[in-house]
Amino acid sequence: MTVEKIMSDGEGYDDFPAGLRVLAVDDNPICLKLLETLLRKCQYHVTTTSQARMALKMLRENKDRFDLVISDVHMPDMDGFKLLELVGLEMDLPVIMLSENGDPKLVMKGVTHGACDYLVKPVRIEELRNIWQHVIRKKRTKPKNQHGSADQGNDNQSSGEGNGPHADRNGKCNRKRKDEEDFSEDNENENEDPAASKKPRVVWSIELHRKFVAAVSQLGIEKAVPKRILDLMNVEGLTRENVASHLQKYRLYLKRISSVASQQANMVAALGVKDSHFMRMAPFEGLGDFRPLSGQGRLGSAALSHYTTGGMFGRLNTPNVNLHNLSPSTLIQPNHGQNITNSISALGKVHPALASTNQSQSLFQGIPSSLELDQLQQIKCGTGMASFNAMDNSRLRNKFSDPGAAINSSSNIFNSSTNMMLHGSYQQTMSGGGFGDQSSQNMASLNLDSFNVSVNSSSRLLDSATIQSSTTQPASLLSTEPFHSQPLPMSTTGNNGFSNDPYLQKNAIDISSTTMSLPLEDSREMHYQQGLVGDIPSQRWGEQGQSYGHGSTATFGSLNAHIPVSGLSHSLDHDSGIINEKMGVFTNGRLGGGASTLMLQNGNEKLASESRGMANDSFLLEQQKIQSVFAPRSDDPLDAMMNAMIKREQEETIANCDFGFDEYSFESGM
Amino acid sequence: MQRQLANMKQTLFDQGYLDEQFIQLEELQDDANPNFVEEVVTLYYRDSARLIQNIEQALEKSPLDFSKLECLMHQFKGSSSSIGAKRVKSECTQFKEHCRVGNADGCKRTFQQLKKEYATLKKKVEVYFQFARQIGPVEKACRSK
Repeated sequence: MTVEKIMSDGEGYDDFPAGLRVLAVDDNPICLKLLETLLRKCQYHVTTTSQARMALKMLRENKDRFDLVISDVHMPDMDGFKLLELVGLEMDLPVIMLSENGDPKLVMKGVTHGACDYLVKPVRIEELRNIWQHVIRKKRTKPKNQHGSADQGNDNQSSGEGNGPHADRNGKCNRKRKDEEDFSEDNENENEDPAASKKPRVVWSIELHRKFVAAVSQLGIEKAVPKRILDLMNVEGLTRENVASHLQKYRLYLKRISSVASQQANMVAALGVKDSHFMRMAPFEGLGDFRPLSGQGRLGSAALSHYTTGGMFGRLNTPNVNLHNLSPSTLIQPNHGQNITNSISALGKVHPALASTNQSQSLFQGIPSSLELDQLQQIKCGTGMASFNAMDNSRLRNKFSDPGAAINSSSNIFNSSTNMMLHGSYQQTMSGGGFGDQSSQNMASLNLDSFNVSVNSSSRLLDSATIQSSTTQPASLLSTEPFHSQPLPMSTTGNNGFSNDPYLQKNAIDISSTTMSLPLEDSREMHYQQGLVGDIPSQRWGEQGQSYGHGSTATFGSLNAHIPVSGLSHSLDHDSGIINEKMGVFTNGRLGGGASTLMLQNGNEKLASESRGMANDSFLLEQQKIQSVFAPRSDDPLDAMMNAMIKREQEETIANCDFGFDEYSFESGM
Repeated sequence: MQRQLANMKQTLFDQGYLDEQFIQLEELQDDANPNFVEEVVTLYYRDSARLIQNIEQALEKSPLDFSKLECLMHQFKGSSSSIGAKRVKSECTQFKEHCRVGNADGCKRTFQQLKKEYATLKKKVEVYFQFARQIGPVEKACRSK
């Protein structure tokens, strides 16, 4: 593919790479000036801003205005990683991270959040002369992403992996893959859209997604086939393929949510939240049984029973079925156990799919150390949407380009259902994950934390994010035991709940392990878990869910954090915009990497918003609760956690529910 | 004259006040950007004066907010490294390390040291620029390394 062809969608550079339109973001004026001069020297068109929010605003105003974004990592108004995720999710532009610090962990974080490259300051001009390759690479993979083929996933991965020094290597891989893709791309294009040379991306706006969800619920998640959904939706210009891929994402999302939802469901039920997602959380209560410790108790028997109820589980087990279970309508059912398992299984399931994609791997590159790939996948599955998104990041992004609806399928669901749900579900997922023991940790982390954690180079996120809010307490608790003991309460205890859903168990474990795996590895992980757990309960339900979905749990964390009940208020204040963005970003399929970023960001933000107090306080409470739950844990830390989480969620959901919506609306407003 | 200028610069390098990055700055200076280096350095002075003030205020609090200090210092370090202020940068690194371990005394001590280095650098660079200006608009001095 020649450069001209690549640029055929309107840019038409005469002598590329000259004229590349770069947006540079750095709060340090000297660095910014230097960067600007360097870029001008390379003959690029440079626009600078010292504020991340301004950058986002500019990007949102006109998505075609820039080809590439370079951003510093440490910025006062917004974490660079968060910006990275948002940009990736919403605009799908290549983003290069800049930092003083070349610490591999940070670099990893950048990668998992979807950065195309990571440069260390002070930047040399030679390094900047090559950044245009990322633009080309992204363009090459973009159309394919829509198809969401595994290849694309790989491609995305490779793009994401293009850390500075390894750019060459990645470039080669990408090129190779691109060639393959080009082939299939052409074919696909032909098949799917013979009329146009390039298939236009479908933007899954909120409206569109609502229609989609309505159609799906009308048909019943099990019967929802793309063709029928398409007919029901009756939208012009929408193809079956669009619906199919969106459905896939949605299913992943549901899975993710359901695991979180289980926990939340309990809460939701208590709160009376209508969100199905929350309902899903309820099952989590069942998990609570695992841990008699948890005072919360809710989770206890109820959850278990739910889990055992094979009804949902059974469905969960089946890869697709899980999704079905997750469908909002089904979710509502208090299949606590199921939800969780579903989510877990969903995770597990998803992850095979995801596993295939390199994305999952890339997402969890940092994490997988301890986790097996499976776990990662599972986690991914958990993140379901996230992972899925990872695969189709670009695709998802396309789909969910709408910021409001940014939340990719998963998010959309959330959006439609309510932010709360997300939160809840997320939290659940998280809590579930968190509870899990080490393996379960993964689980817990699965929800959000795990991903985030793992993604975030494990402790980093956790430490910052989780700890952010009040995590101090819970973190400690979580880190040590709960997670370990509850691999997923389901899974460890032999998947009590998941008996029906062996898959879940596996997933749960995987998830926890994967997610947690990272955290497990070191104390940091614990924090992460804690953060997750803590986060979930108080703040980040949403985030958790997200993080879970995304490889980038980080994002979730942040999202959740924001969304979470307590966190919501904060997040709203603080990063309402961000949260929304996160959500959007989150959903956009950045999940894989972006999500984590988001989460991370959220986490970071949350930390920042510690002062917010609201969330923190509640969070602290929650955390304490969880902690107590966890501490004792011997075998069911997860349960305890779950209970705690659920409880928290419930408490929070009530509070958060409002927020959730607010946030959402905020998002929409954005 | 030019040689004198070059020698001055070389001395600065030898004494460790400036490093490679400064040369990069100079290379960016061209017809389109004739006073680039001076502009950047001036910007640096302004920004770092602000940062120094903030840090000083923060150091007066008790107990010290190490994370905030670290954050401020991070910015300082960033700008310093962007212009190639080597010694100042290393003081920044030390300061950050003290923050990391929570060593209040170490922070204060290092900060004093940092201020000294910063003042010295500023003076020396000022002299350098004055001299350069006197010489008149000349092509940038050749690399003195």
